[in-house]
Amino acid sequence: MSDPRFELTASPHLKGGATTRRIMWSVTGSLVPIVAAAAYFFGLSALLVIAAATAGAVLTERVFGTPGSLGDGSAAITGVLLGLCLPAGMPMWMAFLGGAFGIGFGKLIFGGLGQNVFNPALLGRAFLQAAFPTAITTWPAAGGSFTQLRGDNFALPLMRASSDAVTEATPLGLMKFEATSTPVGDLFMGSTAGSVGETAALLILLGGAYLAIKRYLDWRIPVAIFVTVAALSGILTAIDSTYPGPLFMLFSGGLMLGAVYMATDPVTSPVTRRGAWIFGVGVGALVVVIRVWGGLPEGVMYAILLMNAMVPFINQATQPRVFGRSGDGMVTA
Amino acid sequence: MKSATTAQYDLIRGIWRENPVLIHLLGLCPALAVTNTVANSLAMGLATFFVLMGSSLLVSTFKRFIPHEVRISAYILIIATFVTIADLVLAAVVPEIHKALGAFIALIVVNCMILGRQEAFASKRPVSRAALDATGTGIGFLIAMLMMGSVRELLGNGTLLGYSVFGAGFEPWIIMILPPGGFLTLGVFLLAMGWWRGRTEGAQARVRRWPHGVATRRAA
Repeated sequence: MSDPRFELTASPHLKGGATTRRIMWSVTGSLVPIVAAAAYFFGLSALLVIAAATAGAVLTERVFGTPGSLGDGSAAITGVLLGLCLPAGMPMWMAFLGGAFGIGFGKLIFGGLGQNVFNPALLGRAFLQAAFPTAITTWPAAGGSFTQLRGDNFALPLMRASSDAVTEATPLGLMKFEATSTPVGDLFMGSTAGSVGETAALLILLGGAYLAIKRYLDWRIPVAIFVTVAALSGILTAIDSTYPGPLFMLFSGGLMLGAVYMATDPVTSPVTRRGAWIFGVGVGALVVVIRVWGGLPEGVMYAILLMNAMVPFINQATQPRVFGRSGDGMVTA
Repeated sequence: MKSATTAQYDLIRGIWRENPVLIHLLGLCPALAVTNTVANSLAMGLATFFVLMGSSLLVSTFKRFIPHEVRISAYILIIATFVTIADLVLAAVVPEIHKALGAFIALIVVNCMILGRQEAFASKRPVSRAALDATGTGIGFLIAMLMMGSVRELLGNGTLLGYSVFGAGFEPWIIMILPPGGFLTLGVFLLAMGWWRGRTEGAQARVRRWPHGVATRRAA
């Protein structure tokens, strides 16, 4: 390859500039405003939780991953995304453990980037949800000074957090257990209780729009999720007005973060366009079902993980027709 | 293992080199279901040991009288006899553990490890060798159960055999005493075993053991 005039390669010969490394670091960049908003609403605690989750993910990738795999930035994204969907008062050792679990059991065990079935960040969160159900549902209230910790972030490893933080029910919890709604304006701007990065719907949408314009994420998936959730909750509200309305459903909980950043993970979402629509509709329907009829107030995590498991079948069922063949694979001409 | 005699090999094979749970992946149902505490694992391991030993001795003794066509049913009947004894003894001696183990005591009957040892070993070997094999396999199963039980109780409850290890402030990992914890623990053990075997055996040995003579020893 020393002489560029005689470079002999297989096609494609024209390549876009988008490499895995570039896409991953763009996604990381688009997360910066969301991290900043998390720090604004939940103070230093949010940054500590995100840093701990990222450290867990990156260290695990460094120790057990293939050499050099840190450079593509995917482990860092997993860590930041995991941190964004944890409560601010969580002890740092738990966040670290979640990051390590997500990368170790969510990704490396399948063979590294591109091989994993489930979104590593959500798998890390699912592990934490099953291991520490109390700590992960202790939601500190938004607001307050920057330096005031929102919980026992510095609890010693393996030790319980002391519970003296000011906590508050999340909008979804209020809706589920006390039938109280939250103003959509608060939900949109993010000044509600919840995971550190899930509350600021506006910033998440802006980050998602940037990535969609750069074509680093498939816009069909979040759009399908939003439309399905809005339509189903609209129908439910029309039947019985005690069900939460479409706007509340869209902007509360982790739906925005999940739909824009988790469901669109290129590894764990379908490769075909029709598949992306099916995937999005499935996630949206499951979110509504779990939120309305399930025992948990929030269902975005399980909805996405369940649909992740369906992706190989969706891919298989939505393969485009080969040119010159009929639908059942027979040669027509 | 050429240096060991046949009898020694019968005894030690099941303990580690052919550990029923960690290598053969047999007896996974109790290994996943009742290893949430060390006490449960110990009781299940000992009960299984007793059933395995008793049925191996009987099957080996009566191997000439069991018709080949109905041997599986005969083995199951023999195993079920010893399971019933174990069930009643556990209920009388340690009623709380008996309650915690629940249906899994009765399910020792269908433990593939026990049936497998009858079919593959006890029905073809003299009584003494069957006893040695049952001892080794039973100890191997007990070791695997205790390994899983210790990890799961330690992380899931912060205790070992009921004694607190980490002190009062410990935050239990609820998942470890739930079914997913069993799968996680076993998976991590299998991962470690595979890694360990891959390291100790080395590429040369793996090529040599390749079946059907497809790949023979590399020209040295």
